Amino acid sequence: MSTAANNTPLVAVEDLHTYYGKSHILHGVTLRIGPGEVVGLLGRNGVGKSTTLKTIMGLVQPSRGKVLFDGSVVTGMPPHKLARLGLGYVPEDRRIFRSLTVIENLRTGLDRHGVTDEKKRALLDKAFTYFPVLAERRNQAGGTLSGGEQQMLAIARAMMLEPKIILLDEPTEGLMPRMVSQIRNIVDVLHRENVAILLVEQNVPLTLEASERVYIMEKGAVRHHAAARDLKVNDAVIHQYLGV
Amino acid sequence: MQLTAILYGIPWDQVLIQTVNGIVTGMILALIASGLTLIFGIMDVVNFAHGELFMLGAYIGVVVLATTGNFWLALFIATLVVALLGAAIQIATLRPLLGRDPLTTILATFGVSLILQNYALWQFGPVARKIQEPFSGHFTLFYLEYPWYRLMIAGLSAAIIGGFWLFLKYGKFGIWIRATTQDRVMAEAMGIPVPMVHTVAFAMGAGMAAASGVLFGPLVGVNHTMGLDWVLKAFIVVVVGGMGNLGGSIAAAIFISLLEAYASIWVSPAQAVIVSFVVLILTLLFRPTGLFVPTPK
Amino acid sequence: MTTTPLDKPMPVKKTGLSHNAIFWAGFCVVMALLIVAPLVLPEFWRRFLTEVLIWGLLAMSSDLLIGYTGMISFGHSAFFGLGMYGAAAALLTFSPPNLWLALAFGLIASAVIALFVAYFSTRLRDIYFAITTLIFSQIFYVIIFTWTEVTGGENGLNFRRPPLAIPGLFSMQFNSETMHWFVLAVVTASYLILRRVTRSPFGMVLQSIRENEPRTRAIGYPVERYKIVAVMLSGLFAGLAGVLYALQNRFAAPDFIFFLVSGEAVIFNVMGGIGTLVGPIVGAGFFLLMRELLSRLFGDQFPYLIPLGVVFIVMIIFLPQGLLGFARRWLNR
Repeated sequence: MSTAANNTPLVAVEDLHTYYGKSHILHGVTLRIGPGEVVGLLGRNGVGKSTTLKTIMGLVQPSRGKVLFDGSVVTGMPPHKLARLGLGYVPEDRRIFRSLTVIENLRTGLDRHGVTDEKKRALLDKAFTYFPVLAERRNQAGGTLSGGEQQMLAIARAMMLEPKIILLDEPTEGLMPRMVSQIRNIVDVLHRENVAILLVEQNVPLTLEASERVYIMEKGAVRHHAAARDLKVNDAVIHQYLGV
Repeated sequence: MQLTAILYGIPWDQVLIQTVNGIVTGMILALIASGLTLIFGIMDVVNFAHGELFMLGAYIGVVVLATTGNFWLALFIATLVVALLGAAIQIATLRPLLGRDPLTTILATFGVSLILQNYALWQFGPVARKIQEPFSGHFTLFYLEYPWYRLMIAGLSAAIIGGFWLFLKYGKFGIWIRATTQDRVMAEAMGIPVPMVHTVAFAMGAGMAAASGVLFGPLVGVNHTMGLDWVLKAFIVVVVGGMGNLGGSIAAAIFISLLEAYASIWVSPAQAVIVSFVVLILTLLFRPTGLFVPTPK
Repeated sequence: MTTTPLDKPMPVKKTGLSHNAIFWAGFCVVMALLIVAPLVLPEFWRRFLTEVLIWGLLAMSSDLLIGYTGMISFGHSAFFGLGMYGAAAALLTFSPPNLWLALAFGLIASAVIALFVAYFSTRLRDIYFAITTLIFSQIFYVIIFTWTEVTGGENGLNFRRPPLAIPGLFSMQFNSETMHWFVLAVVTASYLILRRVTRSPFGMVLQSIRENEPRTRAIGYPVERYKIVAVMLSGLFAGLAGVLYALQNRFAAPDFIFFLVSGEAVIFNVMGGIGTLVGPIVGAGFFLLMRELLSRLFGDQFPYLIPLGVVFIVMIIFLPQGLLGFARRWLNR
């Protein structure tokens, strides 16, 4: 596979242009995430953050530009192949499989080629350790879970893929403050396991706390890029792009 | 007193016979409709060619039966061959249309149905063929002899549907099918090879249609237009049962078949089909999501 | 990508002067050819051309729904068939057989049926609409097939062709040339009317329904009512085609109500180019010509629908704009 030099980013996108029909959403997005890094992506609503994630995940085809994973070009690859390469995706509004049980939801990530039954047991146990509430509800249909529980399930499901990077799209949206700190913990846990994270969020403080670097988008392109701690200190930039 | 007069007027023996007939036909219809529902539920495709797959299954059954003399072998081979054909059709005509307007798939499958129908006419000619029942023998139902074979097909159809339901519920592939049906995009994002799942699902639906064709063959003549009547009924069943709802389709299939069977006591079979049309119209007017579907919240 | 129904047919351009001029020039050329044709063609081809026009009219009526409103209908065979039977009714009941009564009966019959079908089906979207119209075709098929006393059942009805007559002024029997010109006149008039309709505000609303129905509804248009009118209009012209067919061939049969006939109309649409009005006629011509050629080359028993079916599917996948669209792109290079 790759040379695994520390300079090769895990995921990189170069000059991405994406359209929805006639709407030109992404105007040349360029960013990179290194192995094990937590990178934030901030910006106002409608600026193209979700679209960027979807393009990386292959759910939307860019009209121009490249997506690279571990040094190889993967633009245009179908999502299921990207998932198997090691990209996990947790979309906005969770989108868990409502009529499947919690265990069945997790199994969609577990049932992969080359995973032994032992390994599956281990992964499942890990999911239930980190998310005890899922263990309680393991045989319940996904649709019966609360919003916060569904978010847990969506993240756990992605973790079952043993991904190298997880694309998290607004995980704290609509959640109570107590759950927001739980999400924060999960991000830390994933970071400790050396899973990279691209975190799209509206919650600025959370993002600045959790991430090492942050990209800020405006009108379909990346306009600013800085280390999180610099942005924490210099909040004029945040004001400028996000108005908060 | 009026009531007893009415009760005496109803030909109860006929009613009982038609009840059994209705259930038998209903099970076959359920098997056909299950395939259609599976295909529609998972990939939003209205498979116009489904009736023709049913018809081809019957013809292959005829051919294999004539060569080997074994009904069960005919059933097995017909199912297998048509399943493979279904996979081929899906790959050639439906995969390229993925992401386009769903109405294009209606047109494409309509085109396929025309091709298959004409192929059958060309290969086998317009004269109907017969499939011999694998065993004869009747039991007495009132003053009539009711063939065991008919009961067997009902049982076998139920078994196939049951097996299919179990397959969906347990097992890795069943989860894949259910996940893809629920949310194709997320299923793909979870690493499920959705294009392959689609092809396999289509093949399974086709196989079920073919099996129905062979099972039903001994009851009617096998000819190139048999698909047309059945595809219509199957569509009605699927809509009445709730598109994409397996349990609903089965219930609707039996319900409609029973009504038609009862109707045929009084009117000719050609006119009895109007029953299913009426049920459809009423369903569309009053419960368009399906008669057997709980009212959506 | 936003989903556009049936892959966006040719957009109706705002008519600039040169575009209009080109259109009318082309129109006159084609008309001239069609008028002269029966004089030079042998009998078989003369009738063939007339039939192409009639089927073309049917397909054109279907195009109003598919191409402009975005609704696939399998119900046209019902409208076509009832126009045919309506005309038959007039020609058999009234003596001497009267052309205008035949037209009137046929049009009224198909309009009524269209209203009936429209009422039930238009509230449904897409697939359900297609299936329901199909079911309705079959309902009428069964009724006509089994009501033997009135409709002649399986065998249909035979009748004489009425003369072209304006009572009091003149009366003239049709021969195959004058029949052709009559059909040509009716089809051309229909085309011009439909063209006018599709370019009118009403037509614009239909197209906006095709493009984005929820938005059209949100803006405030009574979408159901527009759809019902579209179906009725479409049914009317389909019925007209049915009347013409009855006049041309002097019989009516239930086979024409079977939903496969609607399917053929849709095939003509796709082959010629949906949303163009002329496309369907071209598609009809292409299909019928191919059928004729194939049966001449390979004999009567040859299953011509197999290669034509394949062409149809290939066109759906690769040439969604149909022959006309292909020609347009080719000419624009």
